[in-house]
Amino acid sequence: MKHSVVLQYDRCLGCTTCIKNCPTEAIRVRSGKAAILNERCIDCGRCIQVCPHGAIKSLSDPLEKLKDYKYCVAVPDPVLYGQFKHLDDVNVILNGLLKIGFHSVYEVAKAAELLSDYARERIRRGGQRVTPQISSACPTVLRLIRVRFPKLIPNVNPVIAPAELAAILARKEAAEATGLKAEEIGVFSIVPCSARATAALVPELLSKPVLDGAFSIRDVYLKLLGPMKELEEIKPLSSAGMMGVGWAYSGGESAARMDERYVAVDGIENVIRMLEEIEDGRQPEVGFIELSACVQGCVGGCLTVENPYIAQMRVKKIMKHLPVSRNRFIFNMDTADLLRTDRELEYVPVFVLDEDRALAMEKMGRIKEMRSHLPGLDCGSCGAPSCHAFAEDVVLGRANPEDCIFKVRERMQYVAGGGDADEYLPAPFRRPGAHPGSLPEDASQR
Amino acid sequence: MQQIKLSYRVDGGDFVRAGEASGNMKLSLKKLGLPPELIRRAAVCMYEGEINMVIHASGGQAEIIVDMDALTIRLVDTGPGIADVARAMEEGFSTASDAVRDMGFGAGMGLPNMKRYSDEMTIESAAGEGTAVTMKLYIRP
Repeated sequence: MKHSVVLQYDRCLGCTTCIKNCPTEAIRVRSGKAAILNERCIDCGRCIQVCPHGAIKSLSDPLEKLKDYKYCVAVPDPVLYGQFKHLDDVNVILNGLLKIGFHSVYEVAKAAELLSDYARERIRRGGQRVTPQISSACPTVLRLIRVRFPKLIPNVNPVIAPAELAAILARKEAAEATGLKAEEIGVFSIVPCSARATAALVPELLSKPVLDGAFSIRDVYLKLLGPMKELEEIKPLSSAGMMGVGWAYSGGESAARMDERYVAVDGIENVIRMLEEIEDGRQPEVGFIELSACVQGCVGGCLTVENPYIAQMRVKKIMKHLPVSRNRFIFNMDTADLLRTDRELEYVPVFVLDEDRALAMEKMGRIKEMRSHLPGLDCGSCGAPSCHAFAEDVVLGRANPEDCIFKVRERMQYVAGGGDADEYLPAPFRRPGAHPGSLPEDASQR
Repeated sequence: MQQIKLSYRVDGGDFVRAGEASGNMKLSLKKLGLPPELIRRAAVCMYEGEINMVIHASGGQAEIIVDMDALTIRLVDTGPGIADVARAMEEGFSTASDAVRDMGFGAGMGLPNMKRYSDEMTIESAAGEGTAVTMKLYIRP
């Protein structure tokens, strides 16, 4: 599986911040550096956000890639609109994009509006089969479902993401306008997060990618600042309304459905909790769930520049100047095919201990046994996020049982002979009493 | 024969944390590679049981035993017991307080749901002597 979350070894100090925050326990520290377990990573970008040393980054394409194509189309996410101070006209940004190497622009917000119109039409016609329906817009959520919530795969809304629909329509439009072949046209999304950067080239619900690459909002933002100030004329390029632009933040997609039986959940921990409840059938009132891995939705993505709350405020301010909706979806067989997914998520059981259930049970037995001898501090010194994860690593052959600091204490005791090994241990691991900086013996009474 | 035992303590009166045990259980069952539908049924049984122990019995103990062919959930509490088990099995019957109902619980569907989603269920209880609910779900390949 391809990922865009990568480590910069020279910056990593081997601290345990990332391993503790990873929602799928996909990171370990080995030899003083973090190491990502690829099959578990869902590209959520949590590690990028929490790393105090900026040692984890997301790969997106370099802007030089624009030179590889005769004609380049920008597919900017509406989150981009919330990054600039004192801006109330989206056209300034869109015209700016034409100054930095793009030949035309197709707004993600426009495609989002088409998807919203389609959704409203579907609701009006009734007959929705699986409830609640889960939004397919956040690729991290899709990856999470495919590794941890297989039961919910049929609940995923079978439509492609707005950036994907935008890319398909943009390429068609550009080919018609220029007479160029489809492969001579480069279509690039401008994305707020690592997951969307990965999804550009490895889409979850399409068998073939429809984008040629993805640039980060961060990179594009820096490039845009100058040219946006020096525009001689501002052409009216914006063609999306409030409903499309609102997809930038959590709740925007839901609001545009005009059906109040929805919940919009943001932040990966909240998303996991909600998926658990939906899986158990504990939320029967909900018709639609919009799930965003990032806090506040896409404005909270790890490749953005601005504080998500501020970005959301700005996006809402821009929306006040826009019509409610400017795009209608023409409902017929051809158009409906365009936005439907051509494959379902495939369950990847990365957490299953063994394909053979008897062996899985045997391994779990050993994990429980091993865990019962561990201190339960979840200190992270062994490089695993918790004692339980460590026990699992040992049984699955990913770690050595001697890596636990308490095992180290036993060995040191042995090496010290009759001496006291506590003297050599850091304070958190010392027995009470013995040394300065340790708790007094009667500390447990307090 | 290999057997996995999972045990959880359920704290009484703590509605916010109710569901924690069923969530943990679910993750363990997923790691064993059990069929997703079975896991869902087990989670419903466990969650309803957990809620019952929180509402009526100020907590209790949950034990899950996984064998190759079946999963057994045993919920034991030392609460007030169920005076009339047959009555308690009726849909819509509940002795939950108004305060509990205000929180959206106590609809009288707990035990009926547990019975519906398990293959076998036995209740051992008498007024004043606590309750033990045992549910069995067969693992079919």
